[in-house]
Amino acid sequence: MSGGSRREFATGIDISRALRFRFNNRSYVGHPGDTLASALLANGVQLLARSFKYHRPRGILAAGAEEPNAIVQLGTGEAAEPNLKATEIELFDGLVARSVNCWPSPSFDLRSAYQLAAPLMGAGFYYKTFMWPDWHLFEGPIRRAAGLGIAPQDPDPDRYIHKYAACDVLVVGGGPAGLASAWEAAEAGLDVILAEIDFRLGGSSLWRGERNEAERLEAALRAHANVRVLTRTNVFGYYDHNALVAVEKLDGEGARQRLWKFRAKRVVLATGAIERPLVFANNDRPGVMLASAAQSYLRRWGILHGRQIVVFTNNNSAYEAATSFVEAGADVTIIDVRPRAKIPDIAAVRVLPGHVVKAVVGRRAANGVTIGALDGGQTFTLQCDLVLMSGGWSPTVHLFSQSGGSLRFDEATQSFIPNRAVQAVECVGAAAGELSGLDIEPLWEVPGPGPKFVDFANDVTAKDIGLAREHSFISVEHLKRYTTLGMGIDQGKTSNVNGLAIMGELTARAPGDVGTTKFRPPYTPVTFGALAGPLVGDLYRPVRYLPAHDWHAAHGAVFEEYGGWARPTAYPFPGETWEQAAQREAATARKGCVLLDASPLGKIEVVGKDAGTFLDRIYVGNASSLKVGSARYGLMLNENGIIIDDGVFVRLREDRYLVHTTSSGADRIAAMFDEWLQCEWTGLDVAILPTTTQWATLTVSGPDASEVIRETGTDIDLDDFPHMTFREGSVAQLSARVLRASFTGEASYEISVEASNATQLVGALERAGRPLLLMPMGIEALMILRTEKGFLHVGVDTDGTTLPGDVGMAGPIARKASDFIGRRSLLRQEALREDRLQLVGLQSHKGVLPVGAQVLRDRSVPGPSDGFVTSSYHSPTLDGPVALGLVRAGRSRIGERVKLYDMGEHHSAEIVDTVFFDKAGERLRA
Amino acid sequence: MLLLTCPHCGPRDETEFSCGGESHIARPSLEATDDAWADYVFFRTNPMGVTFERWRHAYGCGCWFNVARDVVNHRILATYAMTDPKPATSETAISNGLQQSAELAR
Repeated sequence: MSGGSRREFATGIDISRALRFRFNNRSYVGHPGDTLASALLANGVQLLARSFKYHRPRGILAAGAEEPNAIVQLGTGEAAEPNLKATEIELFDGLVARSVNCWPSPSFDLRSAYQLAAPLMGAGFYYKTFMWPDWHLFEGPIRRAAGLGIAPQDPDPDRYIHKYAACDVLVVGGGPAGLASAWEAAEAGLDVILAEIDFRLGGSSLWRGERNEAERLEAALRAHANVRVLTRTNVFGYYDHNALVAVEKLDGEGARQRLWKFRAKRVVLATGAIERPLVFANNDRPGVMLASAAQSYLRRWGILHGRQIVVFTNNNSAYEAATSFVEAGADVTIIDVRPRAKIPDIAAVRVLPGHVVKAVVGRRAANGVTIGALDGGQTFTLQCDLVLMSGGWSPTVHLFSQSGGSLRFDEATQSFIPNRAVQAVECVGAAAGELSGLDIEPLWEVPGPGPKFVDFANDVTAKDIGLAREHSFISVEHLKRYTTLGMGIDQGKTSNVNGLAIMGELTARAPGDVGTTKFRPPYTPVTFGALAGPLVGDLYRPVRYLPAHDWHAAHGAVFEEYGGWARPTAYPFPGETWEQAAQREAATARKGCVLLDASPLGKIEVVGKDAGTFLDRIYVGNASSLKVGSARYGLMLNENGIIIDDGVFVRLREDRYLVHTTSSGADRIAAMFDEWLQCEWTGLDVAILPTTTQWATLTVSGPDASEVIRETGTDIDLDDFPHMTFREGSVAQLSARVLRASFTGEASYEISVEASNATQLVGALERAGRPLLLMPMGIEALMILRTEKGFLHVGVDTDGTTLPGDVGMAGPIARKASDFIGRRSLLRQEALREDRLQLVGLQSHKGVLPVGAQVLRDRSVPGPSDGFVTSSYHSPTLDGPVALGLVRAGRSRIGERVKLYDMGEHHSAEIVDTVFFDKAGERLRA
Repeated sequence: MLLLTCPHCGPRDETEFSCGGESHIARPSLEATDDAWADYVFFRTNPMGVTFERWRHAYGCGCWFNVARDVVNHRILATYAMTDPKPATSETAISNGLQQSAELAR
């Protein structure tokens, strides 16, 4: 092992500039163009990781996204990124990284003792060993022992952005084939996006040394008006209709990463191929590397990190690497499993045909290999400081497979190649299986003893695959799950084909008959931050604010989210809890007057000649019989007969209704109206105008409400304005719509003005109401008031099974001749049962019942339920508890005492009428 | 992610739409039998092949329209108005649809 010297012929680094970085608490120097992996290799750091399960010492195997060993934690603190591959990290000045899965360091790892237990820890070890008495007893220590990187605890300080792009042709991969395809498409006048995962274009030309054509094309493409070139861009997902998703790493100020959502008319996959390791004993030792990766480190990064090199191969491609190292002055021996007749004639390199590397000698670094004939016989040892291997190539078909395309096993290249596309996609270059001249002879596993690693990332050996075979897990999907083959951070990029081919040999099946597991996004891991993009924190689910929000805030409101709106829960005085405030506000509504912001109340105008007919089909009750200027309460059902919304609707004119929905139902119900009109009742002359946010609605309620309106100043005749009627006029010199309807049980005026006039109106009402001690009231008090009155709150007092009859609202149905949504469902046997859950009052004589408490059928716990509490409060007016609940056959059980149970506590209550206060409703008409 | 063609707005990403489920289901009258009503409320076809479903351009113009889609390969075979009749699942209808998806692919 040499210290490694940067060679002058390196094509990929700027040797004139130094970048300082720290790895495992030691300082190093690299250069622009380095990856963390190349910089570490150049500094002679060969042992830089411990394996996942056995904590074996590991070095760098590969040079790209397929790296299974060199997993590091990048950065520190809240911006740290766990589990990145050192081969994918572009070096920058001040970079800090450390190894994962070892403590205190990869060269002295306390858990390396696990290796001693390795013979006991084969595939399925966890499942079989930690069964008794309970897996959960062992789970904690095992999870701690097996962890890789550490996720930061604090919120990610970085910003991530999303961007959409459409193009004629998306070329994935900026190697020779991708560059040529992009150029061809651009010259044909097409819009082209070229995405490359590396920070440099060129692909294999960067390490094969054929730079002229690639450099010419790169310059031409960057200058071409039709082409957008994206480097550092990982196209990780291929979805339907040529939708592809990529993450671009950004540098400098601003966002850290950009998520691209591409829609391409045509996709060209020029994703290249990944070299496969050979499977022999101790093939995972530091200093054993893929031949092409070593060639990369030599040619692109100028690192000659071995002088005495053994190349072990079953195909021709490794000869190129061997030649490169000979040219660089190294001593190279090729061990080729193929017979002499198949060996290419390269004078400069020493070749031993018909032989295999049986094992690597050395623990923390390879310092020799044991060599023998394939079929046994004498073995001998050869000293070396670097072992290169090539078991052939696997075309990078991940995206093609994700697109739905099928694969087939190609005998000539011993690899899975694209077969049939189902989307507008084509593969080019090595990704298409263009691996000519390999002349490969399959060698899936070298016979003999010792740990022969197939999956380096998850420590899966050839023996584990044998174990899976013994236990009949021979399907490729079972093999994967039983052994964890291909389930590591690298997703088996170097191991899947070797693994399934070994299983094929064990079960006398060709690799093509074993098949591959399903390729799924992402191609390589993607940060959650990039996927979430800007939609985090307050933007994750934005809440809507009332038009007079600032007025409420200035009046001490405590806000909560109700149905997507930030609304006042209560307005506590200093020293008051919000619960106490709600009691005070509710009491005031019964004695004087209160002001409630009801702006989120759903408001949908239904306009047209057939508006009445339409609403007759929507509501349980009649709409077309309503007089202009009057209002009526209505229930809406779905076709299953279930109550989905309720509210008061107003006839504004012959052909114009104003439908009020619940606050949370406003958007949903408007959409439902539209669906029925566009899809079912296409002949009706009706238009739907959702107007909820155009209006601010302030409700004045209480015995003194009309006095407040009078004092505010209005041209509406308040003496001729009965309950459930509607007027248009001026209030506080603002153009207003006023509805007399009530959810409090007190005389109420719902005043709606243009949303922009909300603060003006609320200010005018406040001034006019001051002598009458008008008080702002929040949602909590409103809930107390409506529960006292037994007013239904859809979604609280009803659930996904509640029919109109269950809440005592079957009356309007009998009086109605025509059909409406859900009506037929009310005639089903199930709807007519007498023991359905029905809404009743529940009178507790000892404290407030918990919402959700179960009504016990026979006092046993656990035991059958006879219903549950839906709404429950302390009533300040009645100075006692009030509650509503859905109780089995409840209406026929008025007067009965029932036992209730909730969270370990027993309660009792009497079943009573739903109306606790002002049963005759006289106060509404005051 | 599907690329759907809104009759008003043209081709847009699936995320702008909401799917309303199977289309061309006749709503029975009040006199319908329990079985006919249950069939309407609860039961849907689930073919391995061409489905006819309605979609709404929810984050766009709000328009409802019909889509004939092959659920095996997600090919959109036809996009047509709510009031249009269900296209025959004949060779012509499907080849028209294929032509459309080929155009989209181009």
